[in-house]
Amino acid sequence: MNRFSYSRPGAVSEAVRAVQAEAGAKFIAGGTNLVDLMKYDVERPRRLVDVGALPGLDRIEEQAGGLRIGALVTNSALAYDPRIQERYPLLSRAVLSGASPQLRNAATTGGNLLQRTRCYYFYDTGTPCNKREPGTGCPAVNGVNRIHAILGTSEHCIATHPSDMCVALAALEASVEVTGPGGDRRIALADFHRLPGDQPERDSTLGADEIVTAVQLPPKGFPANYTYLKLRDRQSYAFALVSVAAALEMDGGSIREARLALGGVAHKPWRDPQAEALLRGRPATREAFAEAAALVLKDARGYGGNTFKIELARRAIIRALSQAAAGTPQPIADKHIA
Amino acid sequence: MPVDPAATGAAAASPAGRAPAMQHRITLTINGTRRQMEVAPWTTLLDLLREEMELTGTKKGCDHGQCGACTVLLNGQRINSCLALAVTKDGAEVLTVEGLAAADGTLHPMQAAFVEHDAFQCGYCTPGQICSAVGLLKEGHARSAEEIRELMSGNLCRCGAYPNIVAAIEQAMQQAGVAAR
Ligand SMILES: Cc1cc2nc3c(=O)[nH]c(=O)nc-3n(C[C@H](O)[C@H](O)[C@H](O)COP(=O)(O)OP(=O)(O)OC[C@H]3O[C@@H](n4cnc5c(N)ncnc54)[C@H](O)[C@@H]3O)c2cc1C
Ligand code: SF4
Ligand code: FES
Ligand code: FES
Repeated sequence: MNRFSYSRPGAVSEAVRAVQAEAGAKFIAGGTNLVDLMKYDVERPRRLVDVGALPGLDRIEEQAGGLRIGALVTNSALAYDPRIQERYPLLSRAVLSGASPQLRNAATTGGNLLQRTRCYYFYDTGTPCNKREPGTGCPAVNGVNRIHAILGTSEHCIATHPSDMCVALAALEASVEVTGPGGDRRIALADFHRLPGDQPERDSTLGADEIVTAVQLPPKGFPANYTYLKLRDRQSYAFALVSVAAALEMDGGSIREARLALGGVAHKPWRDPQAEALLRGRPATREAFAEAAALVLKDARGYGGNTFKIELARRAIIRALSQAAAGTPQPIADKHIA
Repeated sequence: MPVDPAATGAAAASPAGRAPAMQHRITLTINGTRRQMEVAPWTTLLDLLREEMELTGTKKGCDHGQCGACTVLLNGQRINSCLALAVTKDGAEVLTVEGLAAADGTLHPMQAAFVEHDAFQCGYCTPGQICSAVGLLKEGHARSAEEIRELMSGNLCRCGAYPNIVAAIEQAMQQAGVAAR
């Protein structure tokens, strides 16, 4: 790990000022991603500004018919909160499918949003990587890319965003509250993460001196018809190869409203408004789900090692929508697929 | 508060050959004993325990959050001590495997259950498994063997002692009065 200085401010404004004042200063929350990356010299901050003592950010509060999740709420506290479990079970399931209990006890909502890709080359400072060192190239495009993206890629980067929580937040149309030197603003989750384009070094639209203070959940939580289906190389404690958050509002046998978001396939949680529109008003049939899946994946592109993800995603979408429509969400402990 | 290490005479918790550490004074209650210490900000809780406190029961497996060997209880919750910077945990209570048994040496029921079920082979993952299992019981979300397996997935065992680990935890759960579902 490189040498750095450390401070632990007691107010959000102070934290923002501390990061703004020093180039190379970074926020640290649970540390489960940042410390890992620092041990590999991928991140080399000059100063760590610990957000852990900022007051009021560790609460989940009622807000405008929905819930406001403070940036310091841990992944465990979020997933097991009775209000989240009752009203937003999709979010609870997604969070519990990620990492391990120990990691979830330390990981925070803000840190989860801003966790970085697990691309092997990004982690290996002995190789080029446009995300780590802009302009050096992307060895993954023609290299080992089993875990990489199939949607929204660019020639400069084919990395995925690894979060499970964010996939559920995308389906739920959450938004992110941030504070910066210019004051507060709110970013829709769909606009928070970005596609790599020719700037893969930027994961999100958050400014370097902006801090995440909370995530807002709108009132609609789809508690009756939802599923989070996560497919991976081992059944627990592994990142998604493909994951699907599906949330439906049913009207008898047909779909009144549909939300569909994919993880493990792109540089951001992947939503397709056209596919959701196609499902609206349709009977919940396998044919409708297959059409939606085909639409989501029509521009999908494989890079060799990850080409299997296209077919995997197609099947996962159909299965997730079927589970959601039937009201039989994917169990967390029992990995037998319902 | 940064403290000059030369003035305090504290050992710098940094690898040899690097620049002198900027030290921070922190207080931790480790296995019931309150201790003040100076730490460099890049010292992980795991390294602090093992290298500074001579509490080597907590193991370093991967040092990257991927194995669970370094699991300790922080304010009653299990975490991976390898990814926690000690300086960020100022004021916390830390419980390691050394602090589980009673003062007279009587094993914690989870330790006793591991012994009874022979829930280890080489023993390297065991302190982490036991601390994790104590955390699991406290959390109260596991009721079945399936749920134990899922909620113990953060602890790998290269010897593959998993069936006996699950049996030991089931026994400790029953002793603690947790009804199976
Ligand atoms: C072995 C392993 C397996 C994992 N498996 C999964 C998985 O299956 N699914 C999954 O989703 N995740 C997984 N994770 C990742 C885990 O979810 C993240 O590490 C965690 O959510 C990060 O949260 P943190 O609070 O520890 O963030 P930190 O490591 O403290 O910070 C991460 C980033 O966020 C920034 N940051 C933190 N808080 C704020 C804030 N309030 N405002 C602005 N910036 C901020 C930091 O500057 C840093 O860049 C895994 C991690 C490990 C180590
Ligand atoms: S995919 Fe992105 S993160 Fe991975 S090597 Fe290419 S540029 Fe780097
Ligand atoms: S040593 Fe901490 S998880 Fe492996
Ligand atoms: S007993 Fe050897 S690693 Fe678990």
